[in-house]
Amino acid sequence: KTRPFFSEFRVHSTTIMAVEFEGGVVIGADSRTTTGAYIANRVTDKLTPIHERIFCCRSGSAADTQAIADAVTYQLGFHSIELDEAPLVQTAASLFREMCYRYREELMAGIIVAGWDPRRGGQVYTVPVGGMMTRQPVSVGGSGSSYIYGYVDSNYRAGMSKEECLKFTAEALALAMERDGSSGGVVRLAVISEQGVERQAILGNQLPKFSTV
Amino acid sequence: MASVSVCQYHSGGFSFENCKRNALLEADINKLGFSSPAARKTGTTICGVVYKDGVVLGADTRATEGMVVADKNCSKIHYISPNIYCCGAGTAADTEMTTQIISSNLELHSLSTGRLPRVTTANRMLKQMLFRYQGYIGAALVLGGVDCNGPHLYSIYPHGSTDKLPYVTMGSGSLAAMAVFEDRYRPNMEEEEAKRLVRDAIAAGIFNDLGSGSNIDLCVITKGNVDYLRPHDMANKKGVREDKVYGRPVTGSYRYKHGTTGVLTKAVTPLNLEVVEESVQTMDTS
Repeated sequence: KTRPFFSEFRVHSTTIMAVEFEGGVVIGADSRTTTGAYIANRVTDKLTPIHERIFCCRSGSAADTQAIADAVTYQLGFHSIELDEAPLVQTAASLFREMCYRYREELMAGIIVAGWDPRRGGQVYTVPVGGMMTRQPVSVGGSGSSYIYGYVDSNYRAGMSKEECLKFTAEALALAMERDGSSGGVVRLAVISEQGVERQAILGNQLPKFSTV
Repeated sequence: MASVSVCQYHSGGFSFENCKRNALLEADINKLGFSSPAARKTGTTICGVVYKDGVVLGADTRATEGMVVADKNCSKIHYISPNIYCCGAGTAADTEMTTQIISSNLELHSLSTGRLPRVTTANRMLKQMLFRYQGYIGAALVLGGVDCNGPHLYSIYPHGSTDKLPYVTMGSGSLAAMAVFEDRYRPNMEEEEAKRLVRDAIAAGIFNDLGSGSNIDLCVITKGNVDYLRPHDMANKKGVREDKVYGRPVTGSYRYKHGTTGVLTKAVTPLNLEVVEESVQTMDTS
């Protein structure tokens, strides 16, 4: 288990998650950004739009992930105009991978790219620290993800509906936020599908509760 | 079986681990003939709040050089454009130059587009520059302004990450100021309430943080108008030394009237001085 990251620069010590379902993806994140032991922003939005139906979940260094996301947003927008059609989620993920791998020594960014495109429907690609890229039906990331691998592995079933995915994501994030000191605040969720993007936030007192201890 | 290893940082009280390490490092450095670098305190409280008609930015006015106050009344609220101002914490030179560079570029950009500059443009320019320098430019900024899309407030960190929030604080006194904000912030405040809130937040930083002090500067930005209130509140007015008050007698003055002390004896000894030499030197008035 790695040491918690105490630094004077800002990190999204985080829990992020994305799940594919028939017709789209559900993505979720907590909302805490820390500078050492101080919470610099308790209502961060880590779900960043890259294109109309493609989002990325950011974890790691706040500065690095914001800069990468801005660069990829520009590149993807340009590419989409050239193509004159909606870009593929795989293209977005490749752009992220290209940047994260090329500058892997300088960057600290763990990103999950998720979205919907007409060709392959809902897709989740994970680009962890180091710059690997792989497609997964469900993916978790950030410092809080360590605590919920067991929950995710045992509770994920292929073919869940949108509502089931939302509940699954919210519960997993709530569990991680409960145990990880670097995750907390509110749960931000988004559903990306052919119809577009629906966003919601679950505030502290409405989070799913598990233990009665 | 793997043992449960929970990171044990704080088993109560102060951890002296680093003191041993520091002593070793100090000894090593001194052996080589160097002295360990002095800690550079950034020392500031800056904050901003979005209210009904615009934004209010606030800052203290102390500039420190180590443990000495270098400037008791420095200006930390920098001009970016007629509708955008920026408070700066961190290395004074870095905040000064960075804001000047972006202000200059933004004016050129504004002339090129023919529009009043937007706060988000200034934010983009600042974050891209700071990220390029990977945190070596020590500028932590609170950027606020009003543009065609309404009032906006951003906090910008030295490594180039930004947050767009309704209220932000930065600097060494940021925790004290944030405590005041978290207690009393409401959305859509009136101007007087917002000014009072920012004033109190900076005052909290001034009185509870050693790196912040002196006066409170405020900058109220609304659509089409900027009130740069410097100083808004002289929270630390220097007192007047009592015996130096001219014109009126004061207690504590060490100037006593003739006759205060009684004279017991008086002896006058005239000194007979004879003139040895007398010479006249004319002044050269040519």
